[in-house]
Amino acid sequence: MNILSIQNLSKTYQSGNRKLTVLDDVNFDLAIGETISIVGPSGSGKTTLLGLCAGLDSASSGSVVLNGASLEKLSEDQRAAIRNQHVGFIFQNFQLLPTLTALENVMVPLELKKRKDARTKAMELLEKVGLGDRMTHYPTQLSGGEQQRVSIARAFANDPKILFADEPTGNLDTETGEMIERLIFDLNKEKGTTLVLVTHDTELAAKTQRIIHIKGGKIQEDNHA
Amino acid sequence: MPDFAWIPKMALRDFRKNISRLLLFVSSIVVGIAALVAISSFGDNLTGDIDNQAKELLGADLVLENNKPIGDQPIDSLATLTASEVNFASMVAFPQTGASRLTQVRALEGDFPFYGKLETIPESGDADFRSGGQKVLVEKVLMAQFDAQVGDKIKVGNLEFEIAGELQGVPGQTGITATVAPAVYIPMAYLEETGLVQYGSRVEYNRYFQFETNTDVEALIKPFEEEWEIDRVDADTVEDRKRSTGRSFENLSNFLSLVAFIALLLGCVGVASAVNVFVKEKLASVAVLRCLGVSSRDVLLIYLFEIVVMGLVGAIIGSILGTGLQFILPAVFAEFLPVEVSVRISWLSIGFGVITGLFVSILFALLPLLKVRKVSPMATLRPETADSTLFKDPMRWLVILGILVFIWGFSYYLLGQLDWAFGFTGFVVFAFGILWGVGQLIMWSVRKFLPITLRYTVRQSLANLYRPNNQTISLIATIGLGTAMISTLFFLQSQLLEEAKFADKEDQPNLLMFDIQSPQLDEVREKVLSRNLKIIQEVPIVTMQLNEINGIDKRENEELSEEENYSRWMYNREYRVTYRDTLIETEKIVEGELIPYGARGDSIFVSLSEGFGGDRMKIGDEIEFNVQGRPIKTYIGSFRDIKFNQISTNFIVLFPEGVLDQAPKFHVIITRTNNDRESAAIQSEVVREFPNISVVNLGAIVETLEDILNKISFVIQFMALFSIVTGILVLISSLIISKYQRMRESILLRTLGADSGTVSKINTLEYFFLGSLASLSGIILSFLATWLLSVFVFEMSFRPAWGAAFGLYAAITLLTIVLGWLNGRKIINQPPMEILRGNG
Repeated sequence: MNILSIQNLSKTYQSGNRKLTVLDDVNFDLAIGETISIVGPSGSGKTTLLGLCAGLDSASSGSVVLNGASLEKLSEDQRAAIRNQHVGFIFQNFQLLPTLTALENVMVPLELKKRKDARTKAMELLEKVGLGDRMTHYPTQLSGGEQQRVSIARAFANDPKILFADEPTGNLDTETGEMIERLIFDLNKEKGTTLVLVTHDTELAAKTQRIIHIKGGKIQEDNHA
Repeated sequence: MPDFAWIPKMALRDFRKNISRLLLFVSSIVVGIAALVAISSFGDNLTGDIDNQAKELLGADLVLENNKPIGDQPIDSLATLTASEVNFASMVAFPQTGASRLTQVRALEGDFPFYGKLETIPESGDADFRSGGQKVLVEKVLMAQFDAQVGDKIKVGNLEFEIAGELQGVPGQTGITATVAPAVYIPMAYLEETGLVQYGSRVEYNRYFQFETNTDVEALIKPFEEEWEIDRVDADTVEDRKRSTGRSFENLSNFLSLVAFIALLLGCVGVASAVNVFVKEKLASVAVLRCLGVSSRDVLLIYLFEIVVMGLVGAIIGSILGTGLQFILPAVFAEFLPVEVSVRISWLSIGFGVITGLFVSILFALLPLLKVRKVSPMATLRPETADSTLFKDPMRWLVILGILVFIWGFSYYLLGQLDWAFGFTGFVVFAFGILWGVGQLIMWSVRKFLPITLRYTVRQSLANLYRPNNQTISLIATIGLGTAMISTLFFLQSQLLEEAKFADKEDQPNLLMFDIQSPQLDEVREKVLSRNLKIIQEVPIVTMQLNEINGIDKRENEELSEEENYSRWMYNREYRVTYRDTLIETEKIVEGELIPYGARGDSIFVSLSEGFGGDRMKIGDEIEFNVQGRPIKTYIGSFRDIKFNQISTNFIVLFPEGVLDQAPKFHVIITRTNNDRESAAIQSEVVREFPNISVVNLGAIVETLEDILNKISFVIQFMALFSIVTGILVLISSLIISKYQRMRESILLRTLGADSGTVSKINTLEYFFLGSLASLSGIILSFLATWLLSVFVFEMSFRPAWGAAFGLYAAITLLTIVLGWLNGRKIINQPPMEILRGNG
């Protein structure tokens, strides 16, 4: 059973008179619970692919079917609803809302789902990522590693079916990065979430079940572990 | 359906960290709202006070006015009290000093005013004046001008009077009236002996009535109105006076509200500009929210909620301030108020202020805020895609349309005329357009032509002008418009004064003597010539009234419809006419020709002032005048354009020679003296010998004009102050908003080795350029406005006030530098590491 199905996916941009092809006829499927890394050099189209898979952007052609919904047929607000229901995100630069405390950041996806237990659930998750004592802190009062842990807690808050992580350790030192990796994979295992990881880090990529190599907007290799 | 529980919750969470910055946004509208509420409350209270003190406005229940003695009236017997007044302009002299001036002499008989009283110093002055004897009350303006004391002598016509009191206030009279025509009250019993009421004197006869309490005066006078109409007697009741005073103050209050509205609009630009920066900083958070599944509508609603709360806070603060501010308004407007104004809280005005404040904050904040709808969640991965142009967003154009409709609607509400509201909206759009254009042009030029050879500090400070979020354009617009308003007022005032003084050049007349009776003419002429002065004009004047226009008399005219009839005023007024067959310097023929008597049979062709009677009158129309009881049929031969802004005798109706030569007349002589002392000497001599002759010299006119302009400009400058304060608040808020960015730049510069002196120099230069650009743009705009007003409204030549312009430029630029320096001194004084660590 596939959670994500990508077919003939292309993305082009108009740059002056030139047409710039960032992704060119990409095809792959992703099974429920699978972990996958997308690797490739800078400018290869990894981030664009991640954005399209997660419904953050719309493709020039081709289709993205996420949890049975064809994203290209949906409006941006309909895609937002799908993201809230089924998708989690972890970003390289954490992307916490600076005006909200750690706890409130984690509560947002739960509140959007109108969960009555938003506060308790968020607190549990923060405890789980080891930030039980930092819940009322604002992002600027937290270290990089702590911010990423809040971001992980937020990503898992709505029990997503699929988690997208863009260079989750890219802004962290090695030690903290390893701690974050462990946290992601542990939670992923525990919740049975599908994981899509974009990274430069081959060691990190090696920890996933499947690695897609991308270059010049095309899939070069699709290796299953 | 938006989640109305969650949206406010998110907004309030965001609010905690932004409250001080959002407060800055609304500070821009606080002053404008305060001004609106203050004026509106003041207007409200004034209306109430005019209602409550209506009887004091008139001093009686009914006043009858005519330019000939009113005679016995049937209504006399219905009154409980009557009083009479004869008033006219005449010279009075102070024998101690020999000084004289033109005043309004009021000969009083009876206990007028019946309501209110003549306020005098000493308080017993009024009673003393009425107790009999040759005593007068003299307006305080006159007493001050001639340094006169109670008990001094004053000469009115042939008689000398003792000053019984200094007049402080007269019911229904404003300070401005006292400045233009200061009054001297004399007892009616001595009027004849003064010898001042002679042929040609423009005299007004008033009779005052008091009736039983609760009399319906309007109903009471109904049966007499037709008769009065025929006799040209004007009847003024308390209700009439209340209406006319209320109307003129409603106009004043609306005009002032419009000035306050401009301050509010400036504040709105500040709001839009600050929200623009706020939104730019929020784009990353918006992208995250979109990523987490929040719809674009809900994101907009979160930030809109914050704006609504802050708009409400700003509007409430503004309304409270405005309510407080109205306490000082009676003092500001003291010279213009005919009644005592009480200060009360006007809930209606507060409500008006709160709703207006809330509405404008939402409307103007929406313009930049709409941007959040278009933020793609992809911006979480690619931040550079977050900021999008709104050019193609139809909602944005809808908001712009909404703003224009609001400005038009608000000005229509205040001005009550469609075309004026369009004019005002056009002016606002034009002014902002010009300032925006100037700002854009400057920024473009700096980018394009900034020479690399310039010193680094100058280059860096100029480059800072187009730093993102620097708000250069909005600052140029707000400070520029504030400057433009203030300087236009300033320039126009000095232009008017200059124009009056300019009239005092070599060949222009500067002394005018009128009401000279025919037997006095030779002697007066002799007195002028004996001082080696030239008689520039000697003009005979005949007074007359109008009987018929094209065969339609006053009564027939009354029965014609609004479209067909002639202005009632044309039948009612008294005409002062001269006769000559040539034009004088201040007039030119615009239609027809001057036709001498006898040139076309025995028909008499007169020349009228252009525009007299509106567009109803045309060449060849027949007008019958009544000259001392004798009807004279005339035809319109020409129309003249008359320049009224010079010392000269100008006439609406000009007869040819040979028609009025034998009619009773009086004369005007116009001359030119070489200096003020000569003017005073001849004035004194003529008035001493012929007290009925009135003398006006240019110096006195300039002085009075200066006095009036000062009083008016004080009020206008007080109102313009709101715009300046708003401009300063917008400046402060934009400096604070850009503080973080400046801080980062300063750190970078200092890390690279720039000493604090260099950083400080760069910042100071940047503020100098910003202040200069804003004030210069405003001054250029005001030159344009002054030129337009001078040429098209005041019909005088435009002379730029370079000195005042430079003064304003220096003051505003200095203010910008000082405020900028105060805002930035903390950055400069701290070591870079402190700031990097976030302790700055």
